[in-house]
Amino acid sequence: MSIWGVLAINSITFGGLLFLLSAGFSLIFGLMRIPNLTHGSLFMLGGYVGASMVLAYDLPFWLAALIAAVAMAVFGGLIERFLLRRLSGSLLAQVLVTLGIAFIVADFCLMVWSGDPISVRTPSALVGGTRIAGLFFPTYRIAIIVIAVVVAAILWALLDRTRLGAMIRAGVDDPQMARVVGIRVSRLFTIVFCLGAALAGFGGFMGAPILTVYPGLDFDMLPLALVVVILGGVGSLLGSLVGSIAIGFIYNFGLVVVPELAYFVLFLPMVVVLVVRPQGLFGKQAP
Amino acid sequence: MTATRIGLLVASVVMVTVPLWVPGDYYISVCSQILIYAIFALSVDVLLGYAGLVSLGHAGLFGLASYTVAVCLGAGLGHVTAIVTAIGLTLAGTAVFAALSLRTTGIGFIMITLALGQIAWGLAYRWVSITNGDNGLSVAHRPAPFGIPLDAPSHFYYATAVVFVLAVIATWIFVHSPFGASLKGTRDQPRRMTALGYHVWLIRFYACLFSGFLAAVAGILFVYYTEFVSPPTVSLTSSAEPVLMVISGGSGTLFGPIVGAILIEIVKNVASAYITRWNMMLGAIFVAIVMFMPDGLVPGTIRLVRRLLKFRRKESPAAAIEPTSSGPVP
Amino acid sequence: MRVNRRKFLAGTAAIAGAAAFPMPSIAQAKSIKIGLLCDKTGPLAEGGIQMEQGATVFLKSKNFTLAGSKVDFVVADTGSSPAQAKTKAQELIERDGVNFILGPLAAFEMLAISDYVAQHKTPILSLAAADDLSQRKPNPYLCRASATSSQATHVLGNYARKEMKLKRVVYIDSDFAFGYEQGGGFQQVFTDEGGCVVKKLWAPLGAPDFTPYIAQIQDVDGVCQGFAGAAPVKFMKQYADVGLKLPVCGGETAGDDALLPHFGDEAIGMISACPYTIDLKNDANAKFKAGMDKDFQAVPGFYAAGMYVSGMVIEAGLKALHGDVSKPEQTIKALRAVKLQDTPRGPIHFDEFGNVVGNIFVRKIEKVGGKLTSVTQKTYQNVSQFWTYDVKKYLAQPAYSRDWPPVTACKA
Repeated sequence: MSIWGVLAINSITFGGLLFLLSAGFSLIFGLMRIPNLTHGSLFMLGGYVGASMVLAYDLPFWLAALIAAVAMAVFGGLIERFLLRRLSGSLLAQVLVTLGIAFIVADFCLMVWSGDPISVRTPSALVGGTRIAGLFFPTYRIAIIVIAVVVAAILWALLDRTRLGAMIRAGVDDPQMARVVGIRVSRLFTIVFCLGAALAGFGGFMGAPILTVYPGLDFDMLPLALVVVILGGVGSLLGSLVGSIAIGFIYNFGLVVVPELAYFVLFLPMVVVLVVRPQGLFGKQAP
Repeated sequence: MTATRIGLLVASVVMVTVPLWVPGDYYISVCSQILIYAIFALSVDVLLGYAGLVSLGHAGLFGLASYTVAVCLGAGLGHVTAIVTAIGLTLAGTAVFAALSLRTTGIGFIMITLALGQIAWGLAYRWVSITNGDNGLSVAHRPAPFGIPLDAPSHFYYATAVVFVLAVIATWIFVHSPFGASLKGTRDQPRRMTALGYHVWLIRFYACLFSGFLAAVAGILFVYYTEFVSPPTVSLTSSAEPVLMVISGGSGTLFGPIVGAILIEIVKNVASAYITRWNMMLGAIFVAIVMFMPDGLVPGTIRLVRRLLKFRRKESPAAAIEPTSSGPVP
Repeated sequence: MRVNRRKFLAGTAAIAGAAAFPMPSIAQAKSIKIGLLCDKTGPLAEGGIQMEQGATVFLKSKNFTLAGSKVDFVVADTGSSPAQAKTKAQELIERDGVNFILGPLAAFEMLAISDYVAQHKTPILSLAAADDLSQRKPNPYLCRASATSSQATHVLGNYARKEMKLKRVVYIDSDFAFGYEQGGGFQQVFTDEGGCVVKKLWAPLGAPDFTPYIAQIQDVDGVCQGFAGAAPVKFMKQYADVGLKLPVCGGETAGDDALLPHFGDEAIGMISACPYTIDLKNDANAKFKAGMDKDFQAVPGFYAAGMYVSGMVIEAGLKALHGDVSKPEQTIKALRAVKLQDTPRGPIHFDEFGNVVGNIFVRKIEKVGGKLTSVTQKTYQNVSQFWTYDVKKYLAQPAYSRDWPPVTACKA
């Protein structure tokens, strides 16, 4: 079996998961200028909630995924509505409150799920894989790629083809002007935050059969979301998609080709991009 | 500002007498730790509060100083050499750190410092021949300045307190100097400052160096305090901690970071002995601070007190003086 | 944890009242303090919580009275951070004045406090496995009832070669000292028996995905892994996802029984070597398992067992000392002289460095009645930390590290 083939498949799968994680982060940051440091926590909490639905209540996998997404959307909406809304423009307060919530979520998960790693069984239709030309294609991982592509397409249609999307894009490009022309930016903020949180929670549960859910997953994933967004540029859907896949490849191939740089394989490119092109590869404005 | 003077006096008396009224050696050690983190938080505040630059990589500088001391002592060098080398190396490291990260401001600066901090953390893990990997390095002895060994908790506390006071005074002079004023200018009006002929980049660079110096001082005290250093000292969590201290206490003030350090260290070390869910409590405290005192505990409390005073003055018509200083509170 | 202490105080008061007559008057006055350092928060919390449960089950079974002394039990959370471990060790020693410390869990925590604990002459019964704590830089106050990092993997190396008949193996683990020491131990014995470790792969800590490393496993007939904490569950999932079917063997943390409810079916068939096994049939283990189930509804693993056994060692030591813990030099001597027959891991005693000599069980994960469980394949008795090597020669060789023993070309 070719190692490079395995790596290539895994790069795209991992990129797909990263896209689910970072698309919301990027939109929230692009529109609201909020560095949402709870994003990793939403990913982890979504994983825990979905896993509980499967393990404790025996719900079907896809229903559990939906519940995880909806639960995180509600949770995200509450955070936005009651905490972040009052803090617009105050970067420091946003950092403090989002990190504070991240602490609470991490400890809450530890309290409820007691630190055990939780692994969700792959849905039975997607167990196993197929061998094509000596290369093993795990079905579930291929499914994740498909899901990421579908989500990207839906998001693109939403942003590019609907009135809501036009308003969001207007808000990203020039929030003040958007407000002037009568767009209710605050309602837009809530919608985008809910959407971003739902994507993160959904991603956390989709990742559960591969990554498992364990305490510390939140802060393992958060830096990855940051790296993707920095690389791709904030507020750009295409940027998150390309950034995610790029990070997927850099991570997978980097660890194998230059194992000595394993700890730097993600952050060196980030530093280079920031130094050379601070707005990211696809960003329009400097962050 | 007599209130400030009274506050300073009370703070000094409390600080000097800590070993007398604190119950036992353990709590004296906790106080030393608070002072060390207060210096570290001041270092972050110089950039965060006065230059508007949030660094999430300061543990890299702090750790560089700690590791340098441990490596020098391990190589058989004396304490003075170790400390001087640590400060020198950390300043050099800060210069590189600043040269790279000052290409951006705002979120870009946060991200690039975070990345640099993570790279420092990776080095601490992987450069095993120097750092001994995750097993870390031990420091066999604390120094004995003027022949007084610092092994006893109270001795170490007093030594830390002296360094702490010097650090606070140095920071006070720094931020109240004309240079400090121009630094605040770069925070609020970078374009206007450039137009006025100031070299904004260079001003920020010098501020980084001063901040790096304070981080080095804190890192050196830390390694002598714990007599041990290992990669978690350089982790993202360790970088986030002083930032949280500064924001929760009040950025752009001198008291804010100190109050923040007291708050977080007490929750971490003292409250955690009684409350299993101390992380949750800490998170809740942060959220509460943001809700009720969005610019931090110190400015928030001062505003609260002023409002109370104003309320009382309204009842007695004689008072007409309105405190107008909107600048950073000392 | 004050709740526990209060509960126990109430409990002991009642017992002391009821048993006042038959007890000699001196015994009533005696009391000892035991402090537990463990990770109740942070990424290592799973093991830390098990440690607290194991220690609590033991003390509860003794009504918080060991050898006639009342036990005051204090738990401190190290938060998976060396600096906090140091502060908490100070809290236990300087503020609470404990007579014994149980824990901590991780080597990097133990190394941060090792010198401090020795200076303050506090006997410490740690699960932290760092080899050199009882080898090249021994801590004179350490009494370790679990194992060194390489103690179980020495056995595993022998079993993999002799019984599994593996010849060429890849070793994979997290990039930290516990991994290096486990891997070194496996490699040395496995190579001595004629096997060959083709490659050693180190995944950085905090790496969410091990697949890039798993993808490099080729041209071998088996895999040895030493992951710890939550990582073994993740590793087995990702290993199966790549489509690999080669036999997997692992160390004490990789096949920890506490993980059994969390493994998927892909873990069936995995071999692991561990100083504790859930299927050991003796009185002490039956009692221990029943206690864990009754008090915490938990499947016990080796962290919990390690603390339970350490508690038994303290009790036996106290008996030998007649409850007198005023001289720490005598106390640690008594602890190291303890010989026990019936513990949840079978008979144990200690070597001159204070490290345990006892059973190492090689088990296989099997599905019995719809549930995964460990089934012992072979029990190696009286295993010392030096395996069968000459102690002097062993100590003269370098400590196992990332690059030692080196990976050399395999003989055809």
